[in-house]
Amino acid sequence: MNSIFIICAREILLGIRNRWVLATTLLLAALSLSLVLLGSTPTGQVGVGALDVVIVSLTSLSIFLVPLIALLIAHDAIVGEAERGTLPLLLSYPVRRWQVILGKFSGHVLILLFAAVIGYGAAAAALTVTGADLLRQSLVAFMIMVGSSVLLGAVFIAVAYLISTLAPDRGTAVGAAIGVWLLLVLIYDMALLGILVIDQGKMITAGILNTLLLLNPTDVYRLLNLTRSASVSQFAGMMGLAQNAVWSQFTLLAVLMLWIIVPLALAATVFTRRQV
Amino acid sequence: MKWAIAADKISKHFGRVKALREVSFALPPGELVALAGPNGAGKTTLLKLIVGLIRPSGGTIRIFDEVPAACSLTTRRQLGYLPENVAFNDALTGRETLLFYARLKKERPEISLSLLERVGLTAAAGRRVAAYSKGMRQRLGLAQALLGNPRALLLDEPTSGLDPAFRERFYELVRQLRDRGTTVLLSSHALTELEERADRIIIMKEGIIVANATLGELRREAQLPSRIVLTMAEGVSADDAAKLAPAASMRQINPDVLEFLCPERDKMDLIRRIVAKGTAIVDLEVVPPGLDKLYAHFLGAHVEAR
Repeated sequence: MNSIFIICAREILLGIRNRWVLATTLLLAALSLSLVLLGSTPTGQVGVGALDVVIVSLTSLSIFLVPLIALLIAHDAIVGEAERGTLPLLLSYPVRRWQVILGKFSGHVLILLFAAVIGYGAAAAALTVTGADLLRQSLVAFMIMVGSSVLLGAVFIAVAYLISTLAPDRGTAVGAAIGVWLLLVLIYDMALLGILVIDQGKMITAGILNTLLLLNPTDVYRLLNLTRSASVSQFAGMMGLAQNAVWSQFTLLAVLMLWIIVPLALAATVFTRRQV
Repeated sequence: MKWAIAADKISKHFGRVKALREVSFALPPGELVALAGPNGAGKTTLLKLIVGLIRPSGGTIRIFDEVPAACSLTTRRQLGYLPENVAFNDALTGRETLLFYARLKKERPEISLSLLERVGLTAAAGRRVAAYSKGMRQRLGLAQALLGNPRALLLDEPTSGLDPAFRERFYELVRQLRDRGTTVLLSSHALTELEERADRIIIMKEGIIVANATLGELRREAQLPSRIVLTMAEGVSADDAAKLAPAASMRQINPDVLEFLCPERDKMDLIRRIVAKGTAIVDLEVVPPGLDKLYAHFLGAHVEAR
């Protein structure tokens, strides 16, 4: 347990030193603040919290950005150390290899957590300063958005660790990371949409669609945030999906957790067998 | 436990490359053993197997009676390892790096700071490793290997990049550990340094051990001649001194300096004859075959045997 903590602490220190923490936090803050400034104009509608609009915009943004950031900071966690030659020494120390994986992973997740809380929190803080009414309900939705964004990030960090333990070199890891990002963030939904259009509801029932959505962590994240409250889903244009949604919040969270545990466990298994 | 490290017919193949071929040896506690051999002989592979970073393709290897790749954390804590071309994370300072490793070994922070002083890095401790020279990285590598008073110390070319003064200090540090019962196995190409310091020498070539003995035993086995150099007094004819030994073994270096290559068994006889010459000889130098000669001999013998 202690070794995990030591490795985690070093990963955070490295994140601070090589400016990953700063860069991610600034990026998320800048984007969320600009969304607040731009997004507060079209609200117009009476009785809708300004925060709901921000949640919708930030969710759509996070789906693209958070996985990308996660893959970027974590893709060379293992293969990078192997290539720099720091891995043999670390593994000669009294640590189990799964402890190395878990320690580095938790370090990366904490970096992302920090960036999301500060970066997205800046948006909420800005809204408060401008005097917008923050509904308690919206505030809860906002916190869920921040939390699930970190969870989404953790999914992609876990996937990046699996890539990092499998890849023979850093170049391959980068390529695979970009491939995973394209597949899960862009291609999956587009392909799904295309199939739905072609199929015209003959084969693909609502049940199958719901299951297919569950298989992609970015869709799970979308469902988690955009269908939560009526006002949010209305803005997000997710009313149709929201009405069909059969999955409880608990199921969605459980699926995201599985998306973290399975790749991480695989990464630990592969890493334990690896010869350095 | 008789042996600190014991290998029984271990082989290691990387694809079609046979890095080690049925290597057997055993090292007792408190011995300083040098591992010599040309590049690609399998020295680094052997050390990695002992540390448990890789697993053997065949045979068994034990460190403190445990399988290295699956040994307990307690055993691992008693292991010091310096990899070949040791690398550290450039973003951390020397002190941070050493403290990190100290924590992993559950060593007190004061000890690691005193180690920095012992390897002469106190002044550079606050600087990032990125700014370190090769020698400074190597010193930091040694400091981490010495953490936690290891009972087994495995050093892969520890003296490469070190300045001569610090090499002396390094061997002193290693000797102190050896005297306290630590088994030290170090690979090196600096044969002349090892000659005076190693208790035993293992010579490897092409994945097998061609010699494993003390320096004295190697000399006896190799039967290489000692070099005896005579300086004669002025006015003494070299021809006179030349009759001391068979002409074939003699070489005249200067008008008054002669060199004999003398087999071990004839050495004392020759020296007696030289002494009998009295004042005609003003200086006598006996040079036993060095480790470099023995090394070349055993590598050559290995080639002939094939």
